[in-house]
Amino acid sequence: MKTLNYRVVLLAFALIFGIVFSIPSLTQSESGKKIILGLDLQGGLHMLLGIKSEIAIESRIKSMAATVKYMFDDEDIIFDDLRMNENGTITFELLDNDDVVKATALIEKEIEGTVLSQKSLKFSLEMTEEEKIRTKQDAIGQAVDTIRNRLNEFGLAEPTVAKQGADKILVEVPGIKNREDIARLKKLIERAAHLQLMAVDEDRIARVDTMSENEAKSFGNIILTDVKTPQKYLVRAIPVLDGSMLTDAKVGFDESNQPVINFSLDGQGAKIFGDFTGKYVGKRMAVVLDNKVYSAPNINERIGGGNVQISGNFTFSEAQDLAIALRSGALLAPVIIESERFIGPSLGADSIKSSSLALMLGFLLVVIFMVLYYGMAGIIANVALIGNLFLILAVMSLVGATLTLPGMAGIVLTVGMAVDANVIINERIRELLHQGKSIGKSIEDGYNNAFTAIFDANVTTLIAAIVLVVYGTGAIKGFAITMGIGIAASMLTAIVGTHGIYQWILPKMDKKKLNFWFGIKQEGAK
Amino acid sequence: MEVFKYKKPLSLMAKSKRFGLLSIVMLLLSLGLILTKGFNLGVDFAGGTLIQVKYEGEAPIEKIREALNADKVYEGASVTFFGSQEEVVIRTKMSSQVLGEDVGAKVNQLLKETGTLEVRRVDMIGAKVGSELRTKGFTAMVIAIIGILLYVSFRFEWRFAIASVLALLHDITIAMGMIVLFSVEVNLDILAALLTILGYSLNDTIIVFDRIREGVRTIKKPDLSAIIDESVTRTLSRTTLTSLTTFFVVLTLFIFGGEIIHGFAFTLLVGIVVGTYSSIFVASPILMWLGFSVSGFREKEAVKLKREKEKEKMRAMYENGTI
Repeated sequence: MKTLNYRVVLLAFALIFGIVFSIPSLTQSESGKKIILGLDLQGGLHMLLGIKSEIAIESRIKSMAATVKYMFDDEDIIFDDLRMNENGTITFELLDNDDVVKATALIEKEIEGTVLSQKSLKFSLEMTEEEKIRTKQDAIGQAVDTIRNRLNEFGLAEPTVAKQGADKILVEVPGIKNREDIARLKKLIERAAHLQLMAVDEDRIARVDTMSENEAKSFGNIILTDVKTPQKYLVRAIPVLDGSMLTDAKVGFDESNQPVINFSLDGQGAKIFGDFTGKYVGKRMAVVLDNKVYSAPNINERIGGGNVQISGNFTFSEAQDLAIALRSGALLAPVIIESERFIGPSLGADSIKSSSLALMLGFLLVVIFMVLYYGMAGIIANVALIGNLFLILAVMSLVGATLTLPGMAGIVLTVGMAVDANVIINERIRELLHQGKSIGKSIEDGYNNAFTAIFDANVTTLIAAIVLVVYGTGAIKGFAITMGIGIAASMLTAIVGTHGIYQWILPKMDKKKLNFWFGIKQEGAK
Repeated sequence: MEVFKYKKPLSLMAKSKRFGLLSIVMLLLSLGLILTKGFNLGVDFAGGTLIQVKYEGEAPIEKIREALNADKVYEGASVTFFGSQEEVVIRTKMSSQVLGEDVGAKVNQLLKETGTLEVRRVDMIGAKVGSELRTKGFTAMVIAIIGILLYVSFRFEWRFAIASVLALLHDITIAMGMIVLFSVEVNLDILAALLTILGYSLNDTIIVFDRIREGVRTIKKPDLSAIIDESVTRTLSRTTLTSLTTFFVVLTLFIFGGEIIHGFAFTLLVGIVVGTYSSIFVASPILMWLGFSVSGFREKEAVKLKREKEKEKMRAMYENGTI
């Protein structure tokens, strides 16, 4: 008499494993690893963002120009006509032949990724192609970090921010449902938070209202407007310094109890700021954020220490979002929406309800059919099917897979297909029984004959599932993952497991009761 | 219970021309539909915006249209009921790249006067992403087919591979024809359904082919059509049973799964029916027409067997120390 065999032990182990690890997901307990519900089931916001990378390159050139200006000033190199051109080059002219060596050496040392060309005393500085590519990649990477920081401070549950593909940013915010929250969140992401401190051109600002943009450009200036009023400012196009040297930004209050933002600069920033304010006493400096002038205070004396204040008539919550944006860093390039999906929580709940109902009904249908058609063999197949369901849940919980609506459909489909293996096996066994073979022989040969068909069929379905995982996105991936896990699990439960059960109970099986065991009439026994 | 009991082979191959004709007619009709009427591409592939709105009580569809027409972006947007009288779906070809303009909030505001409503879903896909998804979807389909072709060639023979892939293309084309006929909105989920059909239909075909492969070895008849008849008849019970269980399970999904999963389930239902039909009536005749030779296959198998036996003999000799 045969006792327990390794196949039954394996099935029992798989069942226990499946049940134990799917309990946390089924009961939604606090502890243990659970299946993550996809945004389409729990509701939430999914966005694919892109960036305008050409702007990142433009601002990189701008900051190079600022560096050149600062270095030359610092080293007492006399230069003229420093400007940024339409074609992306920076040009300047040195006035003293003796400075050429020093200037070239400085640029080569301090500004990476550029080519400097010279025509007598006129110089042209151009970014290399590699540097442009690097700048674009940096801009994406930096945008991912920045947006992540901002969303973390926004105070919503577990937002996901990740780079997707070469040039896209995936943002997922589960559980967000309020339209106002979404709008505010989008504004926070969108905010470039590009801070610049710029010198006001006091010599020409009197004419600003009649000046054209091109005219301003010819002086190396740009025209900016005030954030609240239509007042115009004429400022030097190359900023004194920008937000990259900022270390902290906090909301505070000024003397009249208006919210202001206090920010501090790092060592280098503080030095540049100190030097500049020292030289520029009596003139104004514009605090510019996202190309709007927030304030343009008069410089009364040299300001050391690197602490600066922005005031600008904002409300407290405006100031707060602004401080978050400043702290998390500027976006090197503007962010745009490539695609957006929003699912309201009530729709997600509806989807869970209806797909669970379909799953349960489909499951019942299959289970009842199998028992009616195959008798005891059907019950054995059902044990495997239940084991399969638990295994899918357990594996998904353990690897932290996301269950989406198509994923639910994948499970439903797996239920239909998982019994396929047992249908094939049972048909083979019946065939052999009809030929008059003994039960034991019929079972062994039945499994042998059925194996290649089941294996080949499952592998081809797996190929389709893998392609879907690789090329699919979001929800579709979820579908393929559940289907793939289901197929793999069915190999264990439906082929190995049921075989074990047959071997285990073989001694009890009676050839006179073929109808009970396999659902067929007796006539096979000749 | 036993419905399909094997008594004698059905003469299927003798009728293969009739089924072939039926398939060709279906294929031509499907291709005609795809080329003339064309797919009803959803926002996933065409780009655009879809907004699902639920009202308390019946949705005032005329009022909604009026309210939307007041805005330039939503002028002429299509508004249709979705699943029930309380829900509508608004579709436009437009999509906004600007983060600061929230589509949901905008619609909320535009429809403020039409009743108490909730924006339940927003799908906004930029044209660029839409075209990327199209290319990606097409690539996925091609790669899956190539992978399957390779695997079947490796496990069976090249004629089996060609026959199974032709049967696949047959199924996919007819399924696409039905999608066009019933104006099912084609989004990512439909693509997933088509790929599932790919796997499923192949699954069916492989099981029949496996039996034919076995039949070529064991059935002592020289005639391929007789072997195919017997093999297909023997798998008939399994093919029908599995297709039925899967069909009914997907049917529950179609009926109870909710509006969002409707197109997906519909496509699968079509695929299951066509896939089952093709594995019986399409794939095997193609195998015959491709000139699969029973004696050739047996010869090859015999050579393979001989080689293996020789190898074994050598090994035995080696182990016995005679070499």
